Amino acid sequence: MQELIARAKELLADGSVARVLGWKAGDLPYNPEPAYFEKEEDFENFVYDGFCGANLSKYMIEACKLEGKTLVYLKPCDTYSFQELMKEHRVDREKAYIIGVGCKGKLDIEKIKKQGIKGIESISGAEADGPAETLSFRTVYGEKTCSYADGMLERCHVCKGKEHMVFDEIIGESKDTKDADRFAEVEKIEAMSPEEKFAFFQKELSKCIRCNACRNVCPACSCRKCVFDSNKFDSAQKANVDSFEEKMFHIIRAFHVAGRCTDCGECSRVCPQGIPLHLFNRKFIKDINEFYGEYQAGADMEPRTPLTDYVFEDVEPSVVTERG
Amino acid sequence: MSIENREEFRPKIVAFCCNWCSYAGADLAGSSRLAYPADVKIIRVPCSCRVNPMFILRAFEKGADGVILCGCHPGDCHYTTGNFYARRRMTLLFSMLEYIGIENGRTRVEWVSAAEGVKFSTTMNEFVEKIHSLGKNVRLGDLRCRN
Repeated sequence: MQELIARAKELLADGSVARVLGWKAGDLPYNPEPAYFEKEEDFENFVYDGFCGANLSKYMIEACKLEGKTLVYLKPCDTYSFQELMKEHRVDREKAYIIGVGCKGKLDIEKIKKQGIKGIESISGAEADGPAETLSFRTVYGEKTCSYADGMLERCHVCKGKEHMVFDEIIGESKDTKDADRFAEVEKIEAMSPEEKFAFFQKELSKCIRCNACRNVCPACSCRKCVFDSNKFDSAQKANVDSFEEKMFHIIRAFHVAGRCTDCGECSRVCPQGIPLHLFNRKFIKDINEFYGEYQAGADMEPRTPLTDYVFEDVEPSVVTERG
Repeated sequence: MSIENREEFRPKIVAFCCNWCSYAGADLAGSSRLAYPADVKIIRVPCSCRVNPMFILRAFEKGADGVILCGCHPGDCHYTTGNFYARRRMTLLFSMLEYIGIENGRTRVEWVSAAEGVKFSTTMNEFVEKIHSLGKNVRLGDLRCRN
């Protein structure tokens, strides 16, 4: 972390960047938030630890419109999102100075709390660099520990790899965290009967409060004007009835990023209701891989994405019914 | 007797037809005096790829029991490639609907050319029959959207 600060101060001082986009400590030890740093003294609050899960690439859309270069810290998975935005001409590569930061998996506070660790006062072992395998918590109920892997975000268990796709320099070491199959959960749902599937999604999606956090945080979901903001749209708001509205919202949200979603997992991370939103995106990714060949959004600068491309021999939509 | 007669289920079926092929196909079905059920409401679109996945979900929300999309045969699109894109989109959308537990017979894509009046009418007859067997759409409706 000190290395990141030192390098940023150096670049700010020689004027090669005008501002730094990073994370600053929040009011609790586990909720750092994205922030701009423009002066040397701002760095007092700078933090980079296991809780810095926020993907900063979306903030670069606005940062690229500002005067001067912006230094941004990107984790390996964030660079996929950044490259996808570059491909769509939403960010200007010339206006960004990218420092690739090391990642050994990011932590999910909700998952930690579920293990009975509550009333947290301070945390050790969550540093981004360092060999710590266990997290120690000082809570109002006494000392508690949990293994680092048990507190990790779901997305880190199915990590795409620790290679930065786009960067100017890399600071810090990464550690491989993949230990699960990315599509295992999707396959589990696919094997259910239609009634079970419907009940599962009804249960999950009825928790939705339509706060739009999943939409706002998504680096792929970056239209200036969103279809869900239209007041002419009679199901734009949440209703207290069991209706199709949430499903419609989540299908369309996932559909609008299909083929562009890098599976960064931000939607599930920010959901205040803990809805596994990545299940929608991953279903589209799985189908795209199955029908149109393996594809990883953001892994290259190829202009053709699965939904803006076609071949004559593509499968017919009836394949869905035939598959059973 | 008429009092005891329950109201028969009349499905509402929305058919998105491309202006250049399927809409003309429907015309041909009409002028050839081929019957197809009156439950099918045709919406003319400039091309099958004009149909946004949202159109289909909105049709269901507003009370449709089945939605069918008809376009030119792949390779025959008036705009050269529109139906290829539509094909990929619809495949993904239908797969997603199946994934969340919607009966997968409620949606369908069929390629109907301007010369295929017979195909148009048989497709519609089959589709209406299928919807009859599935019954009313209860999972996809939204109360607020009904007029």
